[in-house]
Amino acid sequence: MLDWLFQTWPGLEASAALLSLEPPGWGGNLLRGALNSVIIALGAFTLGCVIGIFGALGKLSGGPVTRDLLSIYTTVVRAVPELVLILLLYYAGTDLLNQFLRLLGYRPIEISGLAAGIGVLGIVQGAYATEVLRGAIQSVQRGQTEAARAFGMTPFQTFRRITFPAMLPLALPGLSNLWLIATKDTALLAIVGFSELTLETRQAAGSTRAYFTFFLAAGALYLIMTLVSGRIFGWIEARYRRGQAGARA
Amino acid sequence: MIRDWVSPHRIGLLLVALGVVIWAAVSMRWDWIPRYAGLGLEGIWRTLWLLALSLLIGGALAVPLGLAQAAGPAFLALPARWFCTVIRGTPLLLQLWLIYFGLGSLFPQFPSIRQSELWPYLRQAWPYALLALSLSYAGYEGEVMRGAFKSVPQGQLEAGRAFGLSRFAVLRRIWLPQALARALPTLGGEAILQLKATPLVATITVIEIYAVASRVRQDTFIIYEPLLLLALIYMAIAGVIALGFRWLERRFTRGLG
Repeated sequence: MLDWLFQTWPGLEASAALLSLEPPGWGGNLLRGALNSVIIALGAFTLGCVIGIFGALGKLSGGPVTRDLLSIYTTVVRAVPELVLILLLYYAGTDLLNQFLRLLGYRPIEISGLAAGIGVLGIVQGAYATEVLRGAIQSVQRGQTEAARAFGMTPFQTFRRITFPAMLPLALPGLSNLWLIATKDTALLAIVGFSELTLETRQAAGSTRAYFTFFLAAGALYLIMTLVSGRIFGWIEARYRRGQAGARA
Repeated sequence: MIRDWVSPHRIGLLLVALGVVIWAAVSMRWDWIPRYAGLGLEGIWRTLWLLALSLLIGGALAVPLGLAQAAGPAFLALPARWFCTVIRGTPLLLQLWLIYFGLGSLFPQFPSIRQSELWPYLRQAWPYALLALSLSYAGYEGEVMRGAFKSVPQGQLEAGRAFGLSRFAVLRRIWLPQALARALPTLGGEAILQLKATPLVATITVIEIYAVASRVRQDTFIIYEPLLLLALIYMAIAGVIALGFRWLERRFTRGLG
């Protein structure tokens, strides 16, 4: 089968050799890069959701100053390119942390690319998540939360038992979109030199001059990530929508 | 509206903001601006026309892509859907590098391309940047236009046909204008996302405004000031785009119920 394929398509054997997982091939590097991408995307998405929940609650029930500051945050992040934000937050974040450490009398440290990438992309995701979750929380009927308050639940209990489960199915389409953005935004870290999938691909392609082979292979890896996670989000959404009458997508 | 702006906490915040601006103007370094002003303006100009052209080309490609998915036969709908899925499922940076490094290393191997009149352009980076940006926008907008075409009520199209309009006339006079009007709010948001994608072309040596800011950083070792000014410039452009689309929406969605 394989021999027949190689005979009918002469370039394929060379491509397969380039992509093999053993050291002369670059497949292992690509997979390592892909794993790094997934880790960063997961971390950034989680951080973004946490920021988003607090941001949404702050925007809905915070004081006037909190609301204004949060809307500055979401507006700025959504208007400035991620690349610029990554550079700004990376430099500013390292600077601030090191100044803080110096105040405490510690020596300055080098922040790892992984932590910086997760932190920066998480802050960017947080702005979008704030808007998604705010819309979802707003569309939970007031009567439900009022009933919860009438039963004597604390605000935290109301949120955990009523608002959160009720808003989740409404927020999931937006959140799944955000997750896709997170996986693709990890590619931006290639520009600041973090060795995720895109940078590994470029190095492999540059040193073997087989640009199409590697970029197409990396494209296939990204596509697998997005298609598989789309399927997973579809399941989760179907599961959380079960209790809702007539709310089918 | 005005009263919103003069409430006490807003005045307080504005004073804080003013203080930050004054502090930035006095104690940060801005002396590099005159030296790089010309380069910066060229960069802004290049960003703007890359953005405008890619929006136009991508938008023009998105209409057939959306139409094929919404109403086309399977042999057109399937490839259109695959195109949109692939574009939306892979990072733009990867697409850009595939097109620039891949095509860029492929073209010189063909003497017929090297001798053609297009070669002087194909040796530069911006045609590849424009191609990648346009294809990416077409992929995202094809999906938006699919929904927009589907959301136009069927009865309107049938009424057009009943009046004896040809199928093309129905598309041109009824279907497309209404679909575009319905898609306008989304298109506005996507245009800002496209603006935010333009700095990626700096990685393939197109000198737009982001590349200029990077050069200032490398030349002078000033880190924050060029990046902050760059963020302000992008925010200003995004603001203009948002205002423009709001005007378009007011102008073209009047007739929609």
